[in-house]
Amino acid sequence: MNPTTASRPPAAFSPARSLATAARVLRQLRHDPRTIALMIVVPCLMLVILRYVFDSGPHTFDTIGASLLGIFPLITMFLVTSIATLRERTSGTLERLLALPLGKADLIAGYALAFGAFAIVQSALATGLSVWLLGLDVTGSPWLLLLVALLDALLGTALGLFVSAFAASEFQAVQFMPAVIFPQLLLCGLFTPRSTMHPVLRAVSDVLPMSYAVDAMTQLLHHRDTTSAFARDVLIVTACALLVLVLGAATLRRRTP
Amino acid sequence: MNYVSPAPPPPAAIHAHHLTVVRGPRPVLHDLSFTVPPGRITGLLGPSGCGKSTLMRAIAGTQAKVTGTLDVLGRPAGHPALRTRIGYVTQAPSVYADLTVRQNLEYFAAILEPGRAAADRRRAHVTRAIADVDLTTHADTLAGSLSGGQRSRVSLAAALLGTPELLVLDEPTVGLDPVLRRDLWQLFHDLATTRGTTLLVSSHVMDEAERCDRLLLMREGEILADDTPEALRVRTGTETVEAAFLHLVDEATTAARTKESTR
Repeated sequence: MNPTTASRPPAAFSPARSLATAARVLRQLRHDPRTIALMIVVPCLMLVILRYVFDSGPHTFDTIGASLLGIFPLITMFLVTSIATLRERTSGTLERLLALPLGKADLIAGYALAFGAFAIVQSALATGLSVWLLGLDVTGSPWLLLLVALLDALLGTALGLFVSAFAASEFQAVQFMPAVIFPQLLLCGLFTPRSTMHPVLRAVSDVLPMSYAVDAMTQLLHHRDTTSAFARDVLIVTACALLVLVLGAATLRRRTP
Repeated sequence: MNYVSPAPPPPAAIHAHHLTVVRGPRPVLHDLSFTVPPGRITGLLGPSGCGKSTLMRAIAGTQAKVTGTLDVLGRPAGHPALRTRIGYVTQAPSVYADLTVRQNLEYFAAILEPGRAAADRRRAHVTRAIADVDLTTHADTLAGSLSGGQRSRVSLAAALLGTPELLVLDEPTVGLDPVLRRDLWQLFHDLATTRGTTLLVSSHVMDEAERCDRLLLMREGEILADDTPEALRVRTGTETVEAAFLHLVDEATTAARTKESTR
């Protein structure tokens, strides 16, 4: 053992530690094939059902389907992350990790990477299915559709990480979904354009990140090129995700009462 | 405090002075002062709820609201540089139930020593730690499918990775059968003698006290005694550490009562 190197304080962020954390999270998922199957299959199944719910009006499927391609990854990642980090807190592994030379940024980056990778698979399947098999008519590039879906997944991961700090049990964590996600779902413009809502609700929807996720999808639906409105929406979703990730990092405490 | 000593004793592994910890509205540890010598096994004994775990959390640097002096391996407790030098095992096993024993340890090893360059050393550490706690035959079993005692040994193995200079073990032998308990104590002594590790081991089972080099007896957030098992028995004129502890508790209770009545 070499005491001079051993006593060097660890770096605040280490790519190797983040990757090790991401690999660990994915390994945990691999031991749980049913969760993987549910996360992959359920969004696809919902899109298929939706397509045939609007059987006589394929245009409605275009609008709602495109929005849902952004909303599904957000909701799934929100649920998975909030439960996973809650388990990390309650099982004592979080305390152990924070007593080890792991930066808070490493832990958060690890989760974001692992679930981000998973979100790519989920979104690619859902997008491919919608565009090629269900005839979703998108004017813009399917790749941009995928990009937005991925950013939404990141936002979901960030929100999940953040709210898990306020949940003392799995019951509470699951209840945060209606509390955090449903209002955004109602106000994001999925059911009716945001411009037609009551002015108060519209103002509220202006500050909710999911509104911009849906707006970005709508832009892609109608425009061939990336519009400035699309760029703004994407930027807002990214900024929100990063902001909430930083807030989530602040909830990780090395010393607890 | 201005004296000159010809041969200074080796610096203490843990040094506490006027250490107080508050949890919620009340103080859990009151004004503790003690030292833990390096390379030895120090037992932290006392009834449940006397503040053993809180003291261990303070030493590991995970406890909030710690006041007074608490130096660990020459640095204030919780210093970032200490994170690779201390192995801390909580009372409840803190491992991932949905990973195998080896996968758990591989992950914690990667946090201690990241990077591809250290891969071989990590593998060796993981294999050694699994052998240390006698789980080689269960290396590829999910931690969630192990028995409680086995899972707590996985948690202990994780703390042995990276050869820490100080091991803080909160009730490591609870729920283990006598054979395993003996084997673990053998391991603790081996760590102290061959690897020079300092161990702080808590227990509420008094017969384990006899296996320690030194003892800190705790009661209601205070330290009743800080001595070797032998010296404790001699001082109290008792046969066992358990009897010595009870003697000291009675003494403290009587003292407290006299203080109360003279007030």
